[in-house]
Amino acid sequence: MSAEIDLDDVCCDFGSFRAVDHVSVKIRPGEFFSFLGPSGCGKTTILRMISGFTEPSSGVIRIGGKDVRGQRPNQRPTALIFQNLALFPLMPVWENIAFGLEVRGVDKATRRARAEELLRLVDLPGAADKMASQLSGGQRQRVAIARALAVEPAVMLLDEPLSALDLKLRQHMRAELRSIQKRTGVTFIYITHDQGEALAMSDRVGVMSQGRLQQVADPREIYNNPANGFVASFVGEMNILTGDVGATADGFASYATPHGTFRARLAPGAAKGPVKLYIRPEHVVLTPDAGGENAVSVTVGDVAFEGNFISVSATTDSGKHFVAELRNDGSATVPDPGSRQFMRFDAARAAILPDETGTA
Amino acid sequence: MQDLLRRYGATLTGTFVLLVAFWLLALVILPNVTLFEASFRPYLPVVDVGGPKDTYSFDNYRKFLNNPVDTSFLGISFQLPIHTITFLNTVLFSALVTFITFVMSYPLAYYLAKIVNPRALPTLVLLLFVPLWVSEALRAFAWYIILTFNGPLNAALVGMGLLDAPVRWQNGVFTAYDAIVIGLVYTYVLFMLFPIYGSIQSLDTNQIEASEDLGAKWWQTHWRVILPHAKPGIASGCVMVFMLSAGSLLVPSVLPSTKSNWFTQTIQVWMLESQDWNTGAAYSFLYILLCTVVVTLVMWAFKVKLSDIAK
Amino acid sequence: MHKSRNFLGHLYMAAILFYLFMPLIIMGGAAFNDNRLPSVYPWKGFTNRWFVELFNDQVMWTSFRNTILVALAVVLIAVPLGAAGAILINSISGRVRGALYGVMVAPILMPGAVIGISTLLFWNQVNVPTGLHLSVLGQVSYIAAFVMLLVLARLQSFDPALEEAALDLGASHGQVLRRILLPHLTPALGAGAAIAFFQSIENFNVTLFTRGTSNTLTVYVFSKVRAGITPTINALALMLIGVTFLAAVIYEMRRRSLARKERLLAAPAED
Repeated sequence: MSAEIDLDDVCCDFGSFRAVDHVSVKIRPGEFFSFLGPSGCGKTTILRMISGFTEPSSGVIRIGGKDVRGQRPNQRPTALIFQNLALFPLMPVWENIAFGLEVRGVDKATRRARAEELLRLVDLPGAADKMASQLSGGQRQRVAIARALAVEPAVMLLDEPLSALDLKLRQHMRAELRSIQKRTGVTFIYITHDQGEALAMSDRVGVMSQGRLQQVADPREIYNNPANGFVASFVGEMNILTGDVGATADGFASYATPHGTFRARLAPGAAKGPVKLYIRPEHVVLTPDAGGENAVSVTVGDVAFEGNFISVSATTDSGKHFVAELRNDGSATVPDPGSRQFMRFDAARAAILPDETGTA
Repeated sequence: MQDLLRRYGATLTGTFVLLVAFWLLALVILPNVTLFEASFRPYLPVVDVGGPKDTYSFDNYRKFLNNPVDTSFLGISFQLPIHTITFLNTVLFSALVTFITFVMSYPLAYYLAKIVNPRALPTLVLLLFVPLWVSEALRAFAWYIILTFNGPLNAALVGMGLLDAPVRWQNGVFTAYDAIVIGLVYTYVLFMLFPIYGSIQSLDTNQIEASEDLGAKWWQTHWRVILPHAKPGIASGCVMVFMLSAGSLLVPSVLPSTKSNWFTQTIQVWMLESQDWNTGAAYSFLYILLCTVVVTLVMWAFKVKLSDIAK
Repeated sequence: MHKSRNFLGHLYMAAILFYLFMPLIIMGGAAFNDNRLPSVYPWKGFTNRWFVELFNDQVMWTSFRNTILVALAVVLIAVPLGAAGAILINSISGRVRGALYGVMVAPILMPGAVIGISTLLFWNQVNVPTGLHLSVLGQVSYIAAFVMLLVLARLQSFDPALEEAALDLGASHGQVLRRILLPHLTPALGAGAAIAFFQSIENFNVTLFTRGTSNTLTVYVFSKVRAGITPTINALALMLIGVTFLAAVIYEMRRRSLARKERLLAAPAED
């Protein structure tokens, strides 16, 4: 069972503070959708509005086509996984999992059987009679997922549930969550400030800042074609140049900066408001040869070996720092610190973007 | 309120509010309002209640200032109304009890919090609690037995040669209130100990070690590090012991001397012997005023909040 | 330096324990002294007649029964009131919270006699006669505050997300209270009930002014002590101390066995 979630021009105010600002998005049935943004961007408020703990100040929320405004959390077909999991500390694991069934009046034998079944689904058989406090972080995670699945929700809402785990376990649980979602077919809405998590797990990502939805797209699109400067610099690293837009043609524009004039793709809508030029470090090339488009002479500074890539910092003659990342596959020659080089990037790989959509 | 409704729904929230309303209105606020109102009305036979004689006045409070008698304090003689003297003695000796219990409790609280082996602590605390569970009347009575003229204390002291002849302890060696002070200290010392213990215990032991490491003498560590941290506990202990002492009726009644009189006893006489509830109410209200003044003073002097005191 | 200070500490602790227990022992010892006056000195030989006299004292038994009934009634009323007060205080903030908190804890700081008198006057005005029911109401007014403080402290360690999780899983508000909040509060409610019971048994000041003509154990003890006639009161004291001490020993043994169990259970599972 899964349902479409439709946020239609939703706002949420706390006093004079607007936590969520005209957000509209349709989340498809069976989709793994992530809201990504820094803390305080309004993503948790969206989750609480979908689950029913907070009511929107304006706008409509529909689950499976039905307006759910005014419905209490215990009436909505959603199940929330809390940031701290909120496992009931005084109940053993199986009672935790079967709690949703218990309050619906399901008999004890059925509850117990269902709890065992769900424990197998989350790969935790034999833990039924333990207390939550006796489990490790990863195991508690699985219990929380099983507890939410027990009420057969149309939508699972997850509030940064992996943030308390260490790196290895987090990466393992990402794959696990993804696979549980695919197996059950339930719509997952995932909240995170970790771009790696959002990109790795999601079918689509909604990037948020200051209560506004900045871009909704699949992970590749978010990374390769960010809609604005906020998305560009929040997701991955960026070299950023400030200057003025010159002549435009075929979706490209020239961009005059104190460090030289460059050519790059001009994002649609970038004509109004302030814009900047964004280049990913992995798209910066360092060569000893002059000439060609978007080339500027630099002095190589630090060379840091990071394992799978090499990070090189370089400074233009006008004093602007750039970072270039070279793949450690033998294809690139690593320049010596202090050497003179030319820095170049492909115009199609660089973008002139507005700072933030909607702020103008 | 919004939060409460969201968390518990209308029915439960309504129940909670009703329960609290009953508690605070019927058991706390209205009785005190009644007390306040009654304190301004005269004590009349039942037939006259509500009649022309039933008017508001300060007459009941004026009784507090009637009947001046000769008295002396620190060698200076002057005249004071008899009930005022009782009131002042009650305040003075309650303050003395508070001070003595503090001096006794602080070293013990520090010992329990920072020196004793943590595994022995629960047993020790339990041992300290046992006398607390024994009825107040009996604890005062125990001292009545000890202090009687033919009692064990005189027998022991004379036997050891420390006294030539038995002493009438109950009639007071220093003041008429000796026995009462001894009884009150014994009865309430633990109400000072436990709050101070609680506040010293929450102090990070590293801070004490850091202070010693920086060269502070033991008394400097106590004065600059431990005492300031223990302030809320000390404030709480002082308020509790003072209130309990000033409000005690059992101890002054069980351990009286011929000349001692506690303010609660005066109120008791108005209420139960004279049956003059209105004057009793007026005197009770004076007591409430005293409590308010003391709590406010302590809160101000120790710079603590009410929630620090009432724990 | 540290050693000698620790030694002084142990010595002081011992002295305080002696100070606290000696009077109780002397009082208890007097129960066996075949002396018309309650004292251990002069010792006139061993007797058990004060116990016999006590057991034949009908007033004592009535007072005892009254004390237990009053204490049970106080527990039954004060625990729900205090718990409701704590839940209410816990979910509001600002000025209202401060004011409510002040009104709730004020009775703790008020002299018992004043509570007794104000209770007496108020209920007299609405034509409720004096008696132990008034003693119950008077005692509840401040004992509920102790319960409130205990429950409030426990609520502070409660994660409201647990309530939200239960609601989200479809529980009604009543189910949330019964299955989530109350189990969490159980230790505080238990402690509150115990404190309420003992505070009520101990209470003298409130009871004295509200009891009418009924007796409770403290009032009975007080009248006996004031009269100071026979050592039956010492016999009663000894038995009360004995019961208290027995309860303490049982509690201590339970605590130790629990602590041992906890140490065994302390090893958490690995992932």
